[in-house]
Amino acid sequence: MLGKIVVPIVAVLVFLGLWEALVWVNNWPNYKMASPSDLPPAFWKYKELFLVMGWQTLWRTVVGLFIAVVVGTALGMVIGFSRIAREALYPLLIGFNAIPKATLVPVISLIFIGQHDFNTILMAFTISFFPIAVSVGIGLSTLEPEYRDILRALGATRFTIFRKIALPKTLPEFFGALKVAATLAFIGTNLVEIVSPHGRGLGALFKSGETNGDYPLMFAVLIALAFLGIILYYAVVFLERIFAGWAEREAT
Amino acid sequence: MIENLIEIKGVKHAYATASGPLPVLDGLDVSVPEGSFAAVVGPSGCGKSTLTRLVAGLMKPDEGEVWLHGERVRGPRKTVGMAFQNPVLLEWRTIIDNVILPLEIVAPRMSRADRIARAMELLEMVGLTGFENKRPSELSGGMRQRASLCRSLVHKPDVLIMDEPFGALDNFTREDLWQTMRDLRRAEPFTTILITHDLTESVFLGDQVIVLSGRPARTQYVMQVDLPDDRTLDVLYTPPVADMLHILRDQIKIAQGRDVEVH
Repeated sequence: MLGKIVVPIVAVLVFLGLWEALVWVNNWPNYKMASPSDLPPAFWKYKELFLVMGWQTLWRTVVGLFIAVVVGTALGMVIGFSRIAREALYPLLIGFNAIPKATLVPVISLIFIGQHDFNTILMAFTISFFPIAVSVGIGLSTLEPEYRDILRALGATRFTIFRKIALPKTLPEFFGALKVAATLAFIGTNLVEIVSPHGRGLGALFKSGETNGDYPLMFAVLIALAFLGIILYYAVVFLERIFAGWAEREAT
Repeated sequence: MIENLIEIKGVKHAYATASGPLPVLDGLDVSVPEGSFAAVVGPSGCGKSTLTRLVAGLMKPDEGEVWLHGERVRGPRKTVGMAFQNPVLLEWRTIIDNVILPLEIVAPRMSRADRIARAMELLEMVGLTGFENKRPSELSGGMRQRASLCRSLVHKPDVLIMDEPFGALDNFTREDLWQTMRDLRRAEPFTTILITHDLTESVFLGDQVIVLSGRPARTQYVMQVDLPDDRTLDVLYTPPVADMLHILRDQIKIAQGRDVEVH
Protein backbone atom coordinates (compact mmCIF):
# COMPACT_ATOMS: atom_id res chain seq x y z
CA MET A 1 0.00 0.00 0.00
CA LEU A 2 2.85 2.35 0.91
CA GLY A 3 4.53 1.57 -2.40
CA LYS A 4 1.31 2.14 -4.33
CA ILE A 5 0.98 5.71 -3.05
CA VAL A 6 4.46 6.89 -2.14
CA VAL A 7 6.29 5.60 -5.22
CA PRO A 8 4.05 7.34 -7.80
CA ILE A 9 4.12 10.61 -5.81
CA VAL A 10 7.90 10.52 -5.60
CA ALA A 11 8.04 9.81 -9.34
CA VAL A 12 5.85 12.84 -10.08
CA LEU A 13 8.00 15.06 -7.81
CA VAL A 14 11.18 13.85 -9.53
CA PHE A 15 9.61 14.61 -12.90
CA LEU A 16 8.64 18.15 -11.81
CA GLY A 17 12.13 18.69 -10.38
CA LEU A 18 13.78 17.65 -13.67
CA TRP A 19 11.42 19.91 -15.60
CA GLU A 20 12.19 22.87 -13.34
CA ALA A 21 15.95 22.18 -13.65
CA LEU A 22 15.71 21.93 -17.44
CA VAL A 23 14.09 25.36 -17.71
CA TRP A 24 16.44 26.85 -15.11
CA VAL A 25 19.67 25.47 -16.65
CA ASN A 26 18.74 26.68 -20.14
CA ASN A 27 17.46 29.93 -18.73
CA TRP A 28 14.35 29.69 -20.94
CA PRO A 29 11.83 32.50 -20.67
CA ASN A 30 8.29 31.31 -19.84
CA TYR A 31 7.04 31.99 -23.40
CA LYS A 32 9.44 29.29 -24.56
CA MET A 33 8.64 26.88 -21.80
CA ALA A 34 6.92 27.53 -18.51
CA SER A 35 8.41 25.85 -15.45
CA PRO A 36 6.46 24.08 -12.70
CA SER A 37 6.98 27.02 -10.36
CA ASP A 38 5.00 29.20 -12.82
CA LEU A 39 2.01 26.91 -12.59
CA PRO A 40 0.56 27.44 -9.09
CA PRO A 41 0.12 31.21 -9.68
CA ALA A 42 -1.58 30.45 -13.01
CA PHE A 43 -3.92 27.93 -11.35
CA TRP A 44 -4.67 30.34 -8.53
CA LYS A 45 -5.35 33.28 -10.79
CA TYR A 46 -7.90 31.35 -12.85
CA LYS A 47 -9.09 28.90 -10.20
CA GLU A 48 -12.79 29.45 -10.88
CA LEU A 49 -12.33 29.03 -14.64
CA PHE A 50 -10.36 25.83 -14.04
CA LEU A 51 -13.14 24.39 -11.92
CA VAL A 52 -15.96 25.38 -14.29
CA MET A 53 -14.19 24.46 -17.50
CA GLY A 54 -12.54 21.37 -16.07
CA TRP A 55 -16.01 20.13 -15.14
CA GLN A 56 -17.31 20.91 -18.64
CA THR A 57 -14.49 18.90 -20.16
CA LEU A 58 -14.88 16.06 -17.69
CA TRP A 59 -18.63 15.51 -17.95
CA ARG A 60 -18.66 15.68 -21.73
CA THR A 61 -15.78 13.22 -21.90
CA VAL A 62 -17.48 10.81 -19.52
CA VAL A 63 -20.80 10.97 -21.40
CA GLY A 64 -18.99 10.39 -24.71
CA LEU A 65 -17.09 7.49 -23.19
CA PHE A 66 -20.29 6.02 -21.77
CA ILE A 67 -21.94 6.09 -25.20
CA ALA A 68 -18.76 4.54 -26.63
CA VAL A 69 -19.07 1.69 -24.11
CA VAL A 70 -22.71 1.03 -25.01
CA VAL A 71 -22.26 1.28 -28.80
CA GLY A 72 -18.81 -0.33 -28.79
CA THR A 73 -20.04 -3.33 -26.77
CA ALA A 74 -23.07 -3.73 -29.03
CA LEU A 75 -20.89 -3.59 -32.15
CA GLY A 76 -18.41 -5.99 -30.55
CA MET A 77 -21.23 -8.46 -29.86
CA VAL A 78 -22.42 -8.27 -33.47
CA ILE A 79 -18.86 -8.76 -34.73
CA GLY A 80 -18.15 -11.50 -32.21
CA PHE A 81 -21.23 -13.60 -32.87
CA SER A 82 -21.72 -13.23 -36.62
CA ARG A 83 -19.02 -14.06 -39.13
CA ILE A 84 -20.88 -12.22 -41.90
CA ALA A 85 -21.22 -9.08 -39.77
CA ARG A 86 -17.53 -9.36 -38.90
CA GLU A 87 -16.47 -9.49 -42.52
CA ALA A 88 -18.86 -6.70 -43.49
CA LEU A 89 -18.04 -4.33 -40.65
CA TYR A 90 -14.27 -4.67 -40.18
CA PRO A 91 -13.20 -2.70 -43.31
CA LEU A 92 -15.71 0.03 -42.49
CA LEU A 93 -14.61 0.26 -38.87
CA ILE A 94 -10.91 0.24 -39.68
CA GLY A 95 -11.37 2.83 -42.42
CA PHE A 96 -13.36 5.04 -40.10
CA ASN A 97 -10.79 4.66 -37.35
CA ALA A 98 -7.99 5.60 -39.76
CA ILE A 99 -9.50 9.02 -40.51
CA PRO A 100 -7.67 11.65 -38.43
CA LYS A 101 -10.39 12.88 -36.13
CA ALA A 102 -9.20 16.51 -36.25
CA THR A 103 -10.46 16.62 -39.85
CA LEU A 104 -13.92 15.65 -38.64
CA VAL A 105 -14.27 18.61 -36.28
CA PRO A 106 -15.25 21.16 -38.96
CA VAL A 107 -17.53 18.58 -40.58
CA ILE A 108 -19.36 17.85 -37.35
CA SER A 109 -19.46 21.53 -36.42
CA LEU A 110 -21.17 22.31 -39.72
CA ILE A 111 -23.68 19.49 -39.53
CA PHE A 112 -24.72 20.22 -35.96
CA ILE A 113 -24.05 23.91 -35.98
CA GLY A 114 -24.11 25.57 -32.58
CA GLN A 115 -24.68 22.31 -30.68
CA HIS A 116 -21.41 22.55 -28.81
CA ASP A 117 -22.12 20.01 -26.08
CA PHE A 118 -23.50 17.55 -28.59
CA ASN A 119 -20.55 17.99 -30.98
CA THR A 120 -18.03 17.51 -28.20
CA ILE A 121 -19.71 14.38 -26.86
CA LEU A 122 -20.04 13.01 -30.39
CA MET A 123 -16.31 13.47 -30.98
CA ALA A 124 -15.37 11.89 -27.66
CA PHE A 125 -17.54 8.93 -28.61
CA THR A 126 -16.28 8.73 -32.20
CA ILE A 127 -12.66 8.56 -31.19
CA SER A 128 -13.07 6.04 -28.37
CA PHE A 129 -15.57 3.34 -29.40
CA PHE A 130 -13.22 1.50 -31.76
CA PRO A 131 -10.91 -0.25 -29.26
CA ILE A 132 -13.94 -1.33 -27.23
CA ALA A 133 -15.74 -2.80 -30.25
CA VAL A 134 -12.65 -4.64 -31.45
CA SER A 135 -11.68 -6.11 -28.09
CA VAL A 136 -15.22 -7.27 -27.25
CA GLY A 137 -15.51 -8.72 -30.76
CA ILE A 138 -12.23 -10.60 -30.48
CA GLY A 139 -13.02 -11.75 -26.95
CA LEU A 140 -16.32 -13.26 -28.06
CA SER A 141 -15.16 -14.76 -31.36
CA THR A 142 -12.15 -16.48 -29.76
CA LEU A 143 -14.21 -18.17 -27.05
CA GLU A 144 -13.13 -21.83 -27.16
CA PRO A 145 -16.01 -24.06 -28.35
CA GLU A 146 -15.72 -26.27 -25.25
CA TYR A 147 -16.76 -23.34 -23.05
CA ARG A 148 -19.93 -23.02 -25.08
CA ASP A 149 -20.48 -26.78 -25.22
CA ILE A 150 -20.50 -27.40 -21.46
CA LEU A 151 -23.69 -25.33 -21.24
CA ARG A 152 -25.07 -25.97 -24.73
CA ALA A 153 -25.03 -29.73 -24.07
CA LEU A 154 -27.46 -29.07 -21.20
CA GLY A 155 -29.84 -27.17 -23.45
CA ALA A 156 -28.90 -23.68 -22.20
CA THR A 157 -30.08 -20.79 -24.36
CA ARG A 158 -27.67 -18.57 -26.26
CA PHE A 159 -28.46 -15.74 -23.89
CA THR A 160 -27.64 -17.86 -20.83
CA ILE A 161 -24.33 -18.91 -22.41
CA PHE A 162 -23.56 -15.25 -23.13
CA ARG A 163 -24.45 -14.14 -19.59
CA LYS A 164 -22.74 -16.94 -17.70
CA ILE A 165 -19.67 -17.52 -19.86
CA ALA A 166 -18.99 -15.23 -22.82
CA LEU A 167 -19.62 -11.94 -21.01
CA PRO A 168 -17.51 -12.55 -17.87
CA LYS A 169 -14.77 -14.16 -19.94
CA THR A 170 -14.52 -11.05 -22.12
CA LEU A 171 -14.40 -8.58 -19.20
CA PRO A 172 -10.58 -8.41 -18.85
CA GLU A 173 -10.20 -7.53 -22.55
CA PHE A 174 -13.06 -5.06 -22.22
CA PHE A 175 -11.42 -3.21 -19.35
CA GLY A 176 -8.06 -3.20 -21.14
CA ALA A 177 -9.78 -1.45 -24.05
CA LEU A 178 -11.69 0.87 -21.73
CA LYS A 179 -8.42 2.20 -20.31
CA VAL A 180 -7.26 3.11 -23.81
CA ALA A 181 -10.70 4.50 -24.69
CA ALA A 182 -10.82 6.71 -21.58
CA THR A 183 -7.70 8.65 -22.57
CA LEU A 184 -8.78 8.74 -26.23
CA ALA A 185 -12.11 10.29 -25.23
CA PHE A 186 -10.22 13.21 -23.65
CA ILE A 187 -8.43 13.81 -26.92
CA GLY A 188 -11.80 13.88 -28.70
CA THR A 189 -13.30 16.39 -26.26
CA ASN A 190 -10.30 18.68 -26.45
CA LEU A 191 -10.09 18.53 -30.24
CA VAL A 192 -13.52 20.11 -30.45
CA GLU A 193 -12.82 22.57 -27.63
CA ILE A 194 -9.61 23.78 -29.28
CA VAL A 195 -10.41 23.58 -33.00
CA SER A 196 -13.98 24.81 -32.68
CA PRO A 197 -14.01 26.84 -29.46
CA HIS A 198 -17.24 28.08 -27.99
CA GLY A 199 -15.78 29.30 -24.75
CA ARG A 200 -16.40 25.99 -23.01
CA GLY A 201 -14.04 23.41 -21.59
CA LEU A 202 -10.32 23.33 -20.81
CA GLY A 203 -9.59 23.41 -24.55
CA ALA A 204 -11.16 26.84 -24.75
CA LEU A 205 -9.13 27.97 -21.75
CA PHE A 206 -5.98 26.75 -23.52
CA LYS A 207 -7.02 28.69 -26.61
CA SER A 208 -7.55 31.89 -24.63
CA GLY A 209 -4.13 31.47 -22.99
CA GLU A 210 -2.65 31.20 -26.48
CA THR A 211 -4.53 34.30 -27.72
CA ASN A 212 -3.42 36.36 -24.73
CA GLY A 213 0.17 35.12 -24.71
CA ASP A 214 -0.36 33.70 -21.20
CA TYR A 215 2.08 30.82 -21.49
CA PRO A 216 1.94 29.61 -17.88
CA LEU A 217 -1.85 29.32 -18.30
CA MET A 218 -1.41 27.09 -21.37
CA PHE A 219 0.93 24.80 -19.48
CA ALA A 220 -1.41 24.81 -16.49
CA VAL A 221 -4.23 23.62 -18.76
CA LEU A 222 -2.07 20.77 -20.05
CA ILE A 223 -1.33 19.69 -16.50
CA ALA A 224 -5.01 19.93 -15.58
CA LEU A 225 -5.87 17.71 -18.56
CA ALA A 226 -3.24 15.19 -17.51
CA PHE A 227 -4.71 15.23 -14.01
CA LEU A 228 -8.26 14.58 -15.29
CA GLY A 229 -6.92 11.80 -17.52
CA ILE A 230 -5.27 10.13 -14.54
CA ILE A 231 -8.48 10.37 -12.50
CA LEU A 232 -10.58 8.80 -15.24
CA TYR A 233 -8.00 6.07 -15.82
CA TYR A 234 -7.99 5.09 -12.16
CA ALA A 235 -11.78 5.19 -12.07
CA VAL A 236 -11.66 2.50 -14.78
CA VAL A 237 -9.06 0.54 -12.81
CA PHE A 238 -11.35 0.71 -9.78
CA LEU A 239 -14.27 -0.71 -11.78
CA GLU A 240 -11.97 -3.39 -13.19
CA ARG A 241 -11.01 -4.51 -9.69
CA ILE A 242 -14.67 -4.92 -8.81
CA PHE A 243 -15.87 -6.67 -11.95
CA ALA A 244 -12.80 -8.49 -13.28
CA GLY A 245 -10.57 -8.73 -10.22
CA TRP A 246 -10.33 -12.50 -10.72
CA ALA A 247 -8.18 -11.97 -13.82
CA GLU A 248 -5.43 -10.41 -11.75
CA ARG A 249 -2.82 -12.93 -10.63
CA GLU A 250 -1.38 -12.52 -7.18
CA ALA A 251 2.23 -11.39 -7.33
CA THR A 252 4.50 -14.23 -6.29
CA MET B 1 -32.55 -58.76 -24.76
CA ILE B 2 -30.64 -56.11 -22.82
CA GLU B 3 -31.77 -52.60 -23.54
CA ASN B 4 -28.92 -50.40 -24.63
CA LEU B 5 -28.86 -46.93 -23.18
CA ILE B 6 -26.80 -45.55 -26.04
CA GLU B 7 -27.52 -46.89 -29.50
CA ILE B 8 -25.79 -45.54 -32.58
CA LYS B 9 -26.88 -47.11 -35.84
CA GLY B 10 -25.29 -46.67 -39.26
CA VAL B 11 -24.24 -43.08 -38.67
CA LYS B 12 -22.62 -41.23 -41.56
CA HIS B 13 -21.45 -37.65 -41.43
CA ALA B 14 -19.41 -35.26 -43.56
CA TYR B 15 -18.20 -31.73 -42.85
CA ALA B 16 -18.47 -29.07 -45.50
CA THR B 17 -15.01 -27.69 -46.31
CA ALA B 18 -13.69 -25.30 -48.94
CA SER B 19 -12.59 -28.27 -51.07
CA GLY B 20 -15.88 -30.14 -50.87
CA PRO B 21 -17.45 -32.44 -48.27
CA LEU B 22 -15.03 -34.19 -45.91
CA PRO B 23 -16.54 -37.49 -44.72
CA VAL B 24 -15.59 -38.22 -41.09
CA LEU B 25 -18.01 -40.97 -40.11
CA ASP B 26 -19.09 -43.75 -42.45
CA GLY B 27 -21.05 -46.57 -40.90
CA LEU B 28 -20.64 -46.10 -37.19
CA ASP B 29 -22.40 -48.59 -34.89
CA VAL B 30 -22.07 -48.36 -31.14
CA SER B 31 -24.22 -49.99 -28.45
CA VAL B 32 -23.65 -49.27 -24.79
CA PRO B 33 -25.83 -51.10 -22.21
CA GLU B 34 -27.16 -49.11 -19.27
CA GLY B 35 -24.54 -48.53 -16.60
CA SER B 36 -21.70 -49.80 -18.72
CA PHE B 37 -18.55 -48.10 -19.90
CA ALA B 38 -17.53 -47.89 -23.54
CA ALA B 39 -14.02 -46.78 -24.43
CA VAL B 40 -13.56 -45.63 -28.01
CA VAL B 41 -10.08 -45.71 -29.55
CA GLY B 42 -8.87 -45.00 -33.06
CA PRO B 43 -6.23 -43.18 -35.08
CA SER B 44 -5.84 -39.41 -34.76
CA GLY B 45 -8.39 -37.32 -36.58
CA CYS B 46 -10.73 -40.23 -37.28
CA GLY B 47 -13.86 -38.47 -36.09
CA LYS B 48 -13.94 -39.53 -32.45
CA SER B 49 -14.81 -36.05 -31.23
CA THR B 50 -17.62 -35.87 -33.76
CA LEU B 51 -19.01 -38.97 -32.08
CA THR B 52 -19.18 -37.19 -28.70
CA ARG B 53 -20.97 -34.21 -30.23
CA LEU B 54 -23.51 -36.53 -31.83
CA VAL B 55 -24.30 -38.30 -28.57
CA ALA B 56 -24.53 -34.97 -26.74
CA GLY B 57 -27.03 -33.75 -29.31
CA LEU B 58 -24.78 -30.83 -30.27
CA MET B 59 -25.03 -31.85 -33.93
CA LYS B 60 -27.13 -34.10 -36.11
CA PRO B 61 -25.68 -36.83 -38.38
CA ASP B 62 -26.25 -36.69 -42.14
CA GLU B 63 -27.48 -40.28 -42.05
CA GLY B 64 -28.23 -42.88 -39.41
CA GLU B 65 -29.69 -42.65 -35.93
CA VAL B 66 -28.54 -41.85 -32.41
CA TRP B 67 -30.76 -43.13 -29.59
CA LEU B 68 -30.54 -42.46 -25.87
CA HIS B 69 -32.85 -44.30 -23.50
CA GLY B 70 -35.03 -45.48 -26.36
CA GLU B 71 -35.49 -41.93 -27.65
CA ARG B 72 -34.14 -40.45 -30.83
CA VAL B 73 -31.58 -37.68 -30.05
CA ARG B 74 -32.73 -34.48 -31.72
CA GLY B 75 -30.98 -31.86 -29.63
CA PRO B 76 -29.19 -31.25 -26.34
CA ARG B 77 -30.70 -32.86 -23.23
CA LYS B 78 -30.28 -32.19 -19.56
CA THR B 79 -29.36 -35.80 -18.79
CA VAL B 80 -25.91 -35.59 -20.37
CA GLY B 81 -22.60 -34.66 -18.73
CA MET B 82 -19.50 -33.71 -20.70
CA ALA B 83 -15.79 -33.57 -19.86
CA PHE B 84 -13.01 -32.52 -22.23
CA GLN B 85 -9.22 -32.72 -22.37
CA ASN B 86 -9.23 -29.03 -21.45
CA PRO B 87 -11.01 -28.85 -18.07
CA VAL B 88 -12.63 -25.53 -19.15
CA LEU B 89 -13.15 -24.27 -15.62
CA LEU B 90 -14.40 -20.70 -15.37
CA GLU B 91 -11.60 -18.62 -13.88
CA TRP B 92 -13.96 -16.07 -12.31
CA ARG B 93 -15.70 -18.73 -10.25
CA THR B 94 -14.36 -20.70 -7.31
CA ILE B 95 -14.11 -24.47 -7.62
CA ILE B 96 -17.43 -25.07 -5.86
CA ASP B 97 -19.18 -22.48 -8.05
CA ASN B 98 -17.71 -24.15 -11.11
CA VAL B 99 -19.03 -27.52 -10.01
CA ILE B 100 -22.58 -26.26 -9.42
CA LEU B 101 -22.77 -24.52 -12.82
CA PRO B 102 -24.82 -27.28 -14.55
CA LEU B 103 -27.35 -27.20 -11.69
CA GLU B 104 -27.99 -23.52 -12.44
CA ILE B 105 -29.17 -24.60 -15.90
CA VAL B 106 -30.76 -27.96 -15.16
CA ALA B 107 -32.33 -27.28 -11.76
CA PRO B 108 -32.99 -23.53 -11.58
CA ARG B 109 -35.24 -23.91 -8.55
CA MET B 110 -32.85 -25.98 -6.45
CA SER B 111 -31.64 -23.98 -3.44
CA ARG B 112 -28.05 -22.87 -3.27
CA ALA B 113 -27.53 -24.84 -0.07
CA ASP B 114 -28.71 -28.04 -1.80
CA ARG B 115 -26.48 -27.36 -4.79
CA ILE B 116 -23.46 -26.80 -2.55
CA ALA B 117 -24.23 -29.96 -0.56
CA ARG B 118 -24.41 -32.04 -3.74
CA ALA B 119 -21.18 -30.52 -5.10
CA MET B 120 -19.35 -31.07 -1.80
CA GLU B 121 -20.35 -34.73 -1.87
CA LEU B 122 -18.67 -35.13 -5.26
CA LEU B 123 -15.61 -33.06 -4.33
CA GLU B 124 -15.13 -35.36 -1.36
CA MET B 125 -15.30 -38.44 -3.59
CA VAL B 126 -12.53 -37.12 -5.83
CA GLY B 127 -10.42 -35.89 -2.90
CA LEU B 128 -10.86 -32.15 -3.37
CA THR B 129 -12.37 -31.36 0.04
CA GLY B 130 -10.75 -28.17 1.31
CA PHE B 131 -10.18 -26.76 -2.18
CA GLU B 132 -13.78 -25.68 -2.81
CA ASN B 133 -13.07 -21.98 -2.36
CA LYS B 134 -9.91 -21.90 -4.46
CA ARG B 135 -9.72 -20.44 -7.94
CA PRO B 136 -9.02 -22.90 -10.78
CA SER B 137 -5.63 -21.27 -11.42
CA GLU B 138 -4.54 -22.23 -7.89
CA LEU B 139 -4.98 -25.96 -8.61
CA SER B 140 -2.74 -28.43 -10.43
CA GLY B 141 -3.75 -29.91 -13.78
CA GLY B 142 -4.89 -33.17 -12.20
CA MET B 143 -6.96 -31.36 -9.58
CA ARG B 144 -8.57 -29.17 -12.23
CA GLN B 145 -9.54 -32.28 -14.17
CA ARG B 146 -11.04 -33.79 -10.98
CA ALA B 147 -13.11 -30.62 -10.50
CA SER B 148 -14.17 -30.83 -14.15
CA LEU B 149 -15.32 -34.44 -13.58
CA CYS B 150 -17.38 -33.30 -10.59
CA ARG B 151 -19.01 -30.63 -12.72
CA SER B 152 -19.93 -33.14 -15.42
CA LEU B 153 -21.58 -35.40 -12.83
CA VAL B 154 -23.17 -32.89 -10.45
CA HIS B 155 -26.62 -33.01 -12.09
CA LYS B 156 -26.64 -36.86 -11.98
CA PRO B 157 -26.61 -37.37 -15.75
CA ASP B 158 -27.61 -40.71 -17.28
CA VAL B 159 -24.79 -40.39 -19.77
CA LEU B 160 -21.24 -39.19 -19.25
CA ILE B 161 -19.37 -38.25 -22.38
CA MET B 162 -15.61 -37.80 -22.03
CA ASP B 163 -13.33 -36.61 -24.80
CA GLU B 164 -9.74 -37.50 -23.82
CA PRO B 165 -10.19 -36.08 -20.31
CA PHE B 166 -6.87 -37.44 -19.05
CA GLY B 167 -4.86 -36.81 -22.22
CA ALA B 168 -2.92 -33.81 -20.96
CA LEU B 169 -1.91 -35.30 -17.60
CA ASP B 170 1.33 -36.99 -16.61
CA ASN B 171 1.29 -40.79 -16.26
CA PHE B 172 1.00 -41.06 -12.48
CA THR B 173 -1.69 -38.41 -12.25
CA ARG B 174 -3.55 -40.20 -15.03
CA GLU B 175 -3.46 -43.50 -13.11
CA ASP B 176 -4.83 -41.69 -10.06
CA LEU B 177 -7.66 -40.30 -12.14
CA TRP B 178 -8.45 -43.78 -13.55
CA GLN B 179 -8.98 -45.04 -10.01
CA THR B 180 -11.08 -41.99 -9.14
CA MET B 181 -13.19 -42.69 -12.21
CA ARG B 182 -13.63 -46.33 -11.16
CA ASP B 183 -14.72 -45.26 -7.65
CA LEU B 184 -17.16 -42.68 -9.02
CA ARG B 185 -18.79 -45.35 -11.17
CA ARG B 186 -19.26 -47.55 -8.16
CA ALA B 187 -20.86 -44.68 -6.18
CA GLU B 188 -23.11 -43.26 -8.89
CA PRO B 189 -24.76 -45.08 -11.76
CA PHE B 190 -24.11 -43.61 -15.20
CA THR B 191 -23.38 -44.86 -18.67
CA THR B 192 -20.12 -43.68 -20.17
CA ILE B 193 -18.55 -43.08 -23.54
CA LEU B 194 -14.85 -42.31 -23.22
CA ILE B 195 -12.79 -41.16 -26.18
CA THR B 196 -9.11 -41.93 -25.63
CA HIS B 197 -5.77 -42.46 -27.32
CA ASP B 198 -4.52 -44.62 -24.48
CA LEU B 199 -5.12 -48.36 -24.92
CA THR B 200 -4.19 -49.16 -21.32
CA GLU B 201 -6.74 -46.62 -20.15
CA SER B 202 -9.40 -48.11 -22.44
CA VAL B 203 -8.86 -51.59 -20.95
CA PHE B 204 -8.63 -50.43 -17.34
CA LEU B 205 -11.81 -48.36 -17.47
CA GLY B 206 -13.88 -49.97 -20.21
CA ASP B 207 -16.43 -52.78 -20.20
CA GLN B 208 -15.98 -52.75 -23.94
CA VAL B 209 -13.39 -51.18 -26.20
CA ILE B 210 -14.53 -49.99 -29.60
CA VAL B 211 -11.86 -49.53 -32.27
CA LEU B 212 -12.71 -47.08 -35.04
CA SER B 213 -11.11 -47.26 -38.47
CA GLY B 214 -9.18 -44.37 -39.99
CA ARG B 215 -11.16 -41.50 -41.47
CA PRO B 216 -13.93 -41.82 -42.50
CA ALA B 217 -14.50 -43.85 -39.36
CA ARG B 218 -16.61 -46.97 -39.07
CA THR B 219 -16.79 -49.42 -36.22
CA GLN B 220 -13.89 -51.72 -36.97
CA TYR B 221 -13.66 -53.93 -33.91
CA VAL B 222 -15.39 -54.34 -30.55
CA MET B 223 -13.68 -56.02 -27.62
CA GLN B 224 -15.51 -57.09 -24.46
CA VAL B 225 -13.31 -56.51 -21.43
CA ASP B 226 -13.99 -59.34 -18.98
CA LEU B 227 -12.28 -58.00 -15.90
CA PRO B 228 -13.78 -57.57 -12.43
CA ASP B 229 -15.49 -54.20 -11.79
CA ASP B 230 -13.23 -53.51 -8.82
CA ARG B 231 -10.08 -53.96 -10.86
CA THR B 232 -6.87 -52.44 -9.53
CA LEU B 233 -3.83 -51.17 -11.40
CA ASP B 234 -2.18 -54.57 -10.79
CA VAL B 235 -4.54 -56.17 -13.27
CA LEU B 236 -2.75 -54.25 -16.02
CA TYR B 237 0.31 -56.46 -15.51
CA THR B 238 -1.50 -59.79 -15.99
CA PRO B 239 -1.35 -61.96 -19.14
CA PRO B 240 -5.04 -61.53 -20.14
CA VAL B 241 -4.61 -57.77 -20.21
CA ALA B 242 -1.37 -58.05 -22.15
CA ASP B 243 -3.23 -60.16 -24.74
CA MET B 244 -6.04 -57.63 -24.97
CA LEU B 245 -3.59 -54.77 -25.43
CA HIS B 246 -1.80 -56.73 -28.11
CA ILE B 247 -5.00 -57.35 -30.06
CA LEU B 248 -6.02 -53.71 -29.71
CA ARG B 249 -2.61 -52.54 -30.87
CA ASP B 250 -2.93 -54.68 -34.01
CA GLN B 251 -6.40 -53.31 -34.62
CA ILE B 252 -5.03 -49.76 -34.41
CA LYS B 253 -2.40 -50.67 -36.99
CA ILE B 254 -5.15 -51.93 -39.28
CA ALA B 255 -7.09 -48.74 -38.64
CA GLN B 256 -4.01 -46.76 -39.62
CA GLY B 257 -3.85 -48.76 -42.83
CA ARG B 258 -0.69 -50.71 -42.02
CA ASP B 259 -0.08 -54.41 -42.67
CA VAL B 260 -0.22 -56.73 -39.68
CA GLU B 261 -0.43 -60.39 -38.96
CA VAL B 262 -3.74 -60.69 -37.15
CA HIS B 263 -3.52 -62.81 -34.01
